[in-house]
Amino acid sequence: MTTTARPKVSFRRRLLRLAETVTTPLLPADYLDLVAPLRAGAALRGRIVEVRPETPDAATVVIQPGRGWRGHLPGQYVRLGVDVDGVRQWRAYSLTSVPGGGDRLITITVKAIPDGKVSNHLVRRVRPGTIVQLDQAQGDFVLPAATPERVLFLTAGSGITPVMAMLRAGLPARADVVLVHSAPRRDDAIFGAELRALAATGALRLIERHTDTGGLLGVPELDELVPDHAERQTWACGPVGLLDAVERHWADRGVADRLHTERFRPTVISPGEGGAVTFTGAGVTVEADGATPILDAGENAGVLMPSGCRMGICFGCVVPLRQGAVRDLRNGDLTTAVPGDGVLIQTCVSAAAGTCDIEL
Amino acid sequence: MTAIQNKARNPIAHLTAEDIEIIGKELDAIRDRVIADRGERDARYIRKVIKTQRTLELSSRAVLLFSLFPPAWILGTAGLAVAKILDNMEIGHNVLHGQWDWMRDPKIHSTTWDWDHVSPAEQWKHSHNELHHRYTNVLGKDNDLGYGIMRVDEDQPWSKGHLGQPFYNLLNACFFEYGIAAYDLELGKNLKDGGHRSPEFRARARAVGRKIRRQVLKDYIAYPLLSGPSFLTTLAANFTANLIRNLWSHSVIMCGHFPSGVETFEKTSIEGETKGEWYLRQMLGSANISGSRLLHIMAGNLSHQIEHHLFPDLPSNRYGEIAPEVRALFDRYGLRYTTGSLPKQVASAWWKVIRLSFPNRRRKSLEPVAPAPLVSARA
Repeated sequence: MTTTARPKVSFRRRLLRLAETVTTPLLPADYLDLVAPLRAGAALRGRIVEVRPETPDAATVVIQPGRGWRGHLPGQYVRLGVDVDGVRQWRAYSLTSVPGGGDRLITITVKAIPDGKVSNHLVRRVRPGTIVQLDQAQGDFVLPAATPERVLFLTAGSGITPVMAMLRAGLPARADVVLVHSAPRRDDAIFGAELRALAATGALRLIERHTDTGGLLGVPELDELVPDHAERQTWACGPVGLLDAVERHWADRGVADRLHTERFRPTVISPGEGGAVTFTGAGVTVEADGATPILDAGENAGVLMPSGCRMGICFGCVVPLRQGAVRDLRNGDLTTAVPGDGVLIQTCVSAAAGTCDIEL
Repeated sequence: MTAIQNKARNPIAHLTAEDIEIIGKELDAIRDRVIADRGERDARYIRKVIKTQRTLELSSRAVLLFSLFPPAWILGTAGLAVAKILDNMEIGHNVLHGQWDWMRDPKIHSTTWDWDHVSPAEQWKHSHNELHHRYTNVLGKDNDLGYGIMRVDEDQPWSKGHLGQPFYNLLNACFFEYGIAAYDLELGKNLKDGGHRSPEFRARARAVGRKIRRQVLKDYIAYPLLSGPSFLTTLAANFTANLIRNLWSHSVIMCGHFPSGVETFEKTSIEGETKGEWYLRQMLGSANISGSRLLHIMAGNLSHQIEHHLFPDLPSNRYGEIAPEVRALFDRYGLRYTTGSLPKQVASAWWKVIRLSFPNRRRKSLEPVAPAPLVSARA
């Protein structure tokens, strides 16, 4: 087989090279993208098929991924690039669908957070037919190959989403499952009806906490709610406060190895004036104030900076901001980035507005 | 034109330094307003133009596979010429300016874009965005003034060689993309001062060579071969489309800074130049072309040259929208907003090229004109 396959590949490559000759300076893919953005071999994208409301402020987005989608494990997340007001924004969302469904569709479930650019767009504005950018599924918030006998899930708010994928994939049939889930009110609980139905059949034990009336869950309460929690393999997903408390608790009991947590956006960016600017390639860090262009700060520190007009018009100094916040010195506009956002900035008119990593 | 400092009647003598700073603030406010409003509508616009261009190019080239039939030749050539013009003007020029960088789409970004042109994007960005847009119309600094081969200002010294410049200009118009590549390489200067031996220059020249090879292979070998019996007619069609694109972009670009009414500046005028003064230089150093929406798109909105020079990084579809406001500002401050129809501006620019191929006529008054300060109040 391999001997017959080899000339085929080289023929294909020759054909591709010929195609590039006639499409230069573009690539054949640039033309194919016009008609078949989801084809095999294309940059990974997806088409939104449906947006299903779940609660007043959460919705499930059904996506048909491109042919290059390699599938996912329950509990994993996907990074999604969505154009909001014309600007591409990347966010990570847990997949809530069961892998390998016959229709090849995947779902994410999004809760609109106050001032959340992307979450509000996905829950309230995005229309079916929209093309989004995708990465392959990733994350190690997954069940081990050998299913544990007893499992505890500790979730709050949209933290239920990765767990839902595990439950939908049939975990309750293979293990003794307890789910402790917090939501502000009964109606706010994402997948509330589905979880209650599962609990009613006895597939799992569901402990719901409605924090508007019952207050936040104190981790010590677990001693009463789930007396054997320290012996269970536990997966926790929710706000940072909850996860920090849970990690301390499990560490105190000496069973940290039985705890698995999932945190999104661990870097919290709180913009200020000036900050430490690190040029990651050069390995140089300098303290820059809020009035000094990053270009000057870098040059003063001996970093080889690309530069041009030094007044914001020529775009000759554009470099990637890996993470951090910068302020446009012309109008005070703030730009923030976390790894993977793919944000590029003009260093000649940008000053540090907090700690920044510049890829240079 | 004569450098503004050497004019008997300085067109900005009535402005105080304070006026100029207020003009700057007003222009900043226009820019900030557009940026605050920039969004989905703009993104849809550029994606639509790109999609139209690609569809048109592909279908025109498909039609040209049968270019042996005269109707196919005419249709395909016209379509391909328009596609090449859109690629260079409304898309390439503007994307390479960073006008669409804010979308954060790596496929439509100044750092990744390349165009149907023999000058590599990197080199063009340097000579155009960085030098021309920063030093607009400053004698001895802005090589766009006559492209380093022509005399387009009375204050540029005359030599016998300039007698031939109407002919060079025509030649340059026909092969404009090669002219631009040579210009971006600063070929003339480098050959004269030995810069062509430096490894840096050689690397850049090789990059141009690679780009030329790819462009020539595509237009003059690959597509003609694919056309089979229509080999020669397709070759002629591609040559014609390139010629039309060159003549068109040369005409539009010549109208940006050469027509009468446009001011030039002495080198000294940019020493310690404030933002307001920089804006003022852009206002007086550029000229618009009036016309329909289609003309503006085909001109890459360089027909709004004044607005483009004030705000080189605003999305091109916005120039026409802010033009009335910009023009009102000119009127309020008694400044001349140079504009005219395409035939009028092209004729005006050509007339200047022809007139200045001859030495200056003697000044009417023989009194020496001392270089005046840019602004009276700053004297």
